[in-house]
Amino acid sequence: MELRFTDEERAFRQEVRDFLAAECPDATRQHMIAGKSPTKEMVVEWQRKLNKRGWAAPEWPKDHGGPGWTPAQKYIFREELQMWPAPSPLGFNINMCGPVIIEFGTPEQKARFLPRMLNLDDWWCQGFSEPGAGSDLAGLKTRAVRDGDHWVINGQKTWTTLAQHADWIFVLARTDPAAKKQEGISFFLVDMKTPGITVRPIVTIEGGHEVNEVFFDDVKVPLDHLVGQENKGWDCAKFLLGNERFGQARVGASRERIRRLKIIARETMDGDRPLIEDPEFRRQMTEMEIELKALEMTVMRVIANETKRAGTGKPDPATSVLKIKGTEIQQGVSELLMKAAGPYAWVDGDPDAEGTNEWDVAPDWAFGLAGVYFNWRKQSIYGGSNEIQRNIMAKAFLGL
Amino acid sequence: MDFDLNESQGMLQDSVRKLLSDKYGFENRKAYLASETGWSRDLWAQYADLGLLGLPFDEEDGGFGGGGEEVMIVAEQMGRHITLEPWLSTVVLGGGFLRHGAAADLRADMVAGVAGGGVLLAFAQQERQSRYDLHDVATTAKKDGASWVITGRKGMVLHGDTADHFIVTARISGNRRDKGGIGVFLVPAKAEGVAVRGFRQVDGSRAAEVEFSDARAEHALGTPEDGLALVDKVVDEAIAALAAEAIGAMDVVHAMTLDYMKTRQQFGKPIGSFQALQHKAADMLVAIEQSRSMAYFATMAARDPDAAERRRNMHAVKAQIGRSQRLVGQEAIQLHGGIAMTMEYAAGHYFKRLTVNEASFGDTDFHLRSLSDLGGLVQAA
Repeated sequence: MELRFTDEERAFRQEVRDFLAAECPDATRQHMIAGKSPTKEMVVEWQRKLNKRGWAAPEWPKDHGGPGWTPAQKYIFREELQMWPAPSPLGFNINMCGPVIIEFGTPEQKARFLPRMLNLDDWWCQGFSEPGAGSDLAGLKTRAVRDGDHWVINGQKTWTTLAQHADWIFVLARTDPAAKKQEGISFFLVDMKTPGITVRPIVTIEGGHEVNEVFFDDVKVPLDHLVGQENKGWDCAKFLLGNERFGQARVGASRERIRRLKIIARETMDGDRPLIEDPEFRRQMTEMEIELKALEMTVMRVIANETKRAGTGKPDPATSVLKIKGTEIQQGVSELLMKAAGPYAWVDGDPDAEGTNEWDVAPDWAFGLAGVYFNWRKQSIYGGSNEIQRNIMAKAFLGL
Repeated sequence: MDFDLNESQGMLQDSVRKLLSDKYGFENRKAYLASETGWSRDLWAQYADLGLLGLPFDEEDGGFGGGGEEVMIVAEQMGRHITLEPWLSTVVLGGGFLRHGAAADLRADMVAGVAGGGVLLAFAQQERQSRYDLHDVATTAKKDGASWVITGRKGMVLHGDTADHFIVTARISGNRRDKGGIGVFLVPAKAEGVAVRGFRQVDGSRAAEVEFSDARAEHALGTPEDGLALVDKVVDEAIAALAAEAIGAMDVVHAMTLDYMKTRQQFGKPIGSFQALQHKAADMLVAIEQSRSMAYFATMAARDPDAAERRRNMHAVKAQIGRSQRLVGQEAIQLHGGIAMTMEYAAGHYFKRLTVNEASFGDTDFHLRSLSDLGGLVQAA
């Protein structure tokens, strides 16, 4: 039993910090410290710097451009970026579609798409959810019909995050309507410029434009844009969703937010004392920190198991904790940040938009905190809602 | 990062597991509980044979040189059987004071007896007014030649009714709640002026009210007048052991609950098929896994040479596991239904031990408040 990082791992952490200090633009960092999502330009600029360093895709195997890190190094890297904060490598490219192409794609698909994913020459988005297929994803209705030398896709996707930035979309569509619902689905790569695709924004409750509806109206897709085998797209989807589990803990991001919360609570007066001296508020912060520490150790256990059981495919019950606890903590901290702002959290406006606080009606730090709180309610819904997570646990680990 | 046991740790775990599976079924436990001492002298001798009583002591003192991991392994197995023997009080608490506070000659005198099973120890610190503050000490110690004279009343002394020696906190100087001026003393139970009244706690453990009236202590442990640092250190090690005990008990009562959910039929199907109940069982698993993580963290944090950092981390451990064990205990009863309310059924006994464990050396509220008063875990830069 050795519960500490090795000297090499600590040295690696320092290497990542040094890289962040040297390369991450301060404007990006300050933008993110203020609680805003990085802009498309910021994400692209940063992804290219990571790519130049060979760090664009921590999870990818070395022969496809990954850095060949151990699970512990991957964790350290992810955490340091979140704590800085700096944008993470673009999830759609690096954690979602890229690994599917590496696992199931043809040599041609790999050569064509992977280098452009690494360098963010193409921004990808995810075409999974549909109006009638949310938690029950396999109930999707979008159809792909083979017609000579191409497929023709018709249907509608929804909750498509950042489709407005995207050059490509990976799509689950039904190719055999007669088969059982998981068995007639295929995984397609679709150029967003193809005629017949319409993107319509969905404005979420905080006023931001993050998600979209994407309509497919006789969209022609070349035959070689199907990944893996026809009607075996569900395997790709399961593989993709299985890769998400580490990402959702976001320990570094929560630590950065708690740090921010403490600075704010120290500087904000509550009666004749700083807010941080209110025992009730402080206790609520402490509760978050304690669960976060436990989550951090849980992530370590999952990583250690990963190293040990590489390839056995045996799930670790601790993995199911990551999504539920990770999102509960992030949501909890976002609520405390909003509380800290008091009435000044109420100024309406998209927290990501520039210049909306031009009349200085609220302190800069307070502006948009309610928006982040409202927006982050999504976390316990997406990626398999927390209730779906409990269903999975009951079946996979509890034998119920 | 490696959470695996090495070969000798694996052997230790196997041997304790085997002994307790053979000798500590629920029916055995009932018999031990009903016996005169309230626990099994026979098993105590077998713990000694297995090396569990000398576990944490240095080999040169006659121990087995085990560290926090070994203590955790044993405590977890004991938690699985909610054992009744005075292992925590004698080996973890008493042993901790001997290891960290006793001069070499006293250690040489005592360790062989403890490791052999012949000497039992108990930590007498609780007072009627002190609640969870280890520095709140009204009992007094006065120097008299080479020895000390102790006067005061200690309560809820775990396994105080069978102890051969008490490790007693007493005030040498200052006011009742001062952090300085506290000494730690070793007082033989047979010394003149020591009155012991034993009783049973709700979790089945034995305890005692101990009154010291000008009782004589020949040995002070640690630095007289600065005993609190020693007490904090030993209590933090005990908190790590309690954490592991809680994991063992939670694992068992959770498994028991799942078994029941799979077999108990209502409305023509197993109650485990109902989603409302499944989600409660899943939440128990989340709590247990988070706690298991914290129990590992506890063994690492308890040996941190930075005392302030150690205390902060142990507050976090105790608060997190405290909340989890409350949830797991309460939901285990709820998911079983009426059967778990009966004395005949094991789940309730686990619930009672978890409840006492939660409040041992400070309940969840106490540790949350303490940590939050110290500024929490995350440094604001």
